Amino acid sequence: MDAVVQLDDVTVIYGKNQALKHVSAKFAKGAVGLLGPNGAGKSTMLKSLLGFVKPDQGRMTVLGLDVAQAPLAIRARIGYMPESDAHIPGMNAVTFVGYCGQLAGLPAADAMQRAHEVLYYVGLGEARYRNVETYSTGMKQRIKLAQALVHDPDLLFLDEPTNGMDPKGREEMLELVRDLGHNKGVSLILSSHLLPDVEYTCDHVVVMDKGQIATQGPIDELKGPAGRVYELRIKGDLRGFLDVLAGQGMQTQATDEDVMRVFVPDTLGNHQAIFKAAAAFGVQVRHLRPSLPTLEDVFAKAVGEE
Amino acid sequence: MPIHDQSYRHYGGGRAPVGRSWLIIAWAGIWTFLRKRAFLGLLFGSLIPFLVRAAQFWGSANMPQLASLAPDASTFRRFLEYQSFWVFVITVYVGAGLIANDRRANALQIYLSKPLMRSEYILGKLAVLFSFLALVTLVPTLLLLLLKVAFDGNFTFLKNNLFLIPAITISALLQVLLASFTMLALSSLSKSARYVGILYVGITFFTSAIYGALYAITGSSRVSWISIGADLEQVVDVIFRLKPRYATPWQVSLLVIVGLIAVSISILERRVRGVEVVT
Repeated sequence: MDAVVQLDDVTVIYGKNQALKHVSAKFAKGAVGLLGPNGAGKSTMLKSLLGFVKPDQGRMTVLGLDVAQAPLAIRARIGYMPESDAHIPGMNAVTFVGYCGQLAGLPAADAMQRAHEVLYYVGLGEARYRNVETYSTGMKQRIKLAQALVHDPDLLFLDEPTNGMDPKGREEMLELVRDLGHNKGVSLILSSHLLPDVEYTCDHVVVMDKGQIATQGPIDELKGPAGRVYELRIKGDLRGFLDVLAGQGMQTQATDEDVMRVFVPDTLGNHQAIFKAAAAFGVQVRHLRPSLPTLEDVFAKAVGEE
Repeated sequence: MPIHDQSYRHYGGGRAPVGRSWLIIAWAGIWTFLRKRAFLGLLFGSLIPFLVRAAQFWGSANMPQLASLAPDASTFRRFLEYQSFWVFVITVYVGAGLIANDRRANALQIYLSKPLMRSEYILGKLAVLFSFLALVTLVPTLLLLLLKVAFDGNFTFLKNNLFLIPAITISALLQVLLASFTMLALSSLSKSARYVGILYVGITFFTSAIYGALYAITGSSRVSWISIGADLEQVVDVIFRLKPRYATPWQVSLLVIVGLIAVSISILERRVRGVEVVT
């Protein structure tokens, strides 16, 4: 795998709290989701990669450069969109983004030109002369993306980019992120606790839980093959039928409603095995359809949720 | 197909080497204040003593009846002392929000995610305050010396008081650096510029008040080192080859000033970070 970010046995301790515990992970080129519940260590990982937090142990490389040895060279090639509201006070949008471009090393004229371009790209073209402090939450998210993009980074760190956005704004932000990752050749790490956001925009995922890596890899691979898991609802002796299915080697999993998920092993073929078992046991099959594996399944399995 | 592609495009231009960001930060900060009318009024006000002194120098050089107003070395010392008021006002006006406002807006993580070091950020912010304070102390005092030579039409005064050039420079720098570092350190401690301003004013007056009370009780000025203002006065007196006004050894006063700057640098080093870690 062509990794843009690599962590080897990284541990970060805040006082008595281990925010990252011996984390080893690889982030592939392209769009990678960094998933995990709140407090899993996602933001700490990003801040460690930026050099804001010094790890107590381990080694990290970004774009082939050691974070401990070349933090400035790394920061010149990455863009960071922080989770919380962040701006330079007293500036309008175009001045702010242009200023960020200059701080990233662009000449003043180029920085200003890029500022106009990226503000149009993120959808703030018409509001670019307004003071950032008057922006709505959604606009503040967009301007954070613009300042991260102004110097044309090779790698973007996006920390909860859809936080506080209305549904339409969220959709547009995800489109931008997807476009950057898939069409514009910008590698990105999207940190989020929202599974649909990651599933829509990313090809790879790293799942974190309690400061550790729970699972990582291409999303399609982690989901597993489709077509061997079925959603099933029956009428009749449910408990007895579950025993029958288990006896034939089929795993079952209860869901929220009265629908259960049944895994049919290769040796038993397809859904016909379920029909045969139901007919033999004398229960009615009221609902049966292939269950498409989702990132939610991967996440639930990785963090040990039922 | 659109006439102009407003989509994302890659940048193919040049990039400046790292290490110059402090200049960008400094210039942006200076420009922000220069656009404020209130601040321009303040700067103009700080120039009034300079204009008065310049008129005095001209009169004493060109009008025999005003010869008694001719300046000596202590005139420059007194001018610097009067400018302390403007140093104080500008320090509070400009310095209080320099870092506090960035902390309020979470701007530090924006700054420090760019290719710049923390020291560059601090240097840039320091340069904003330093520039304005130098503009009301170092620059007008040296200009006055220049005007004195120009109005006299000869170098006699300068030759007889050559020590004035380093004395003015060192004294003004000491005054400016002390004010800049202490205010910047206080600014890094809070997210409220107003609170920082009040804190600075409070510390300045409180230390003077404590010294005043101790002087009233003991009748001795040996404890003048408690007052930050008195420390500066004491050291600057010595630099201008004048008799120190307090009984505290000037070395002690200098030590307090250097110590305050060192503590301020230490505070800045701890507070200017991309992430605030609460343990």
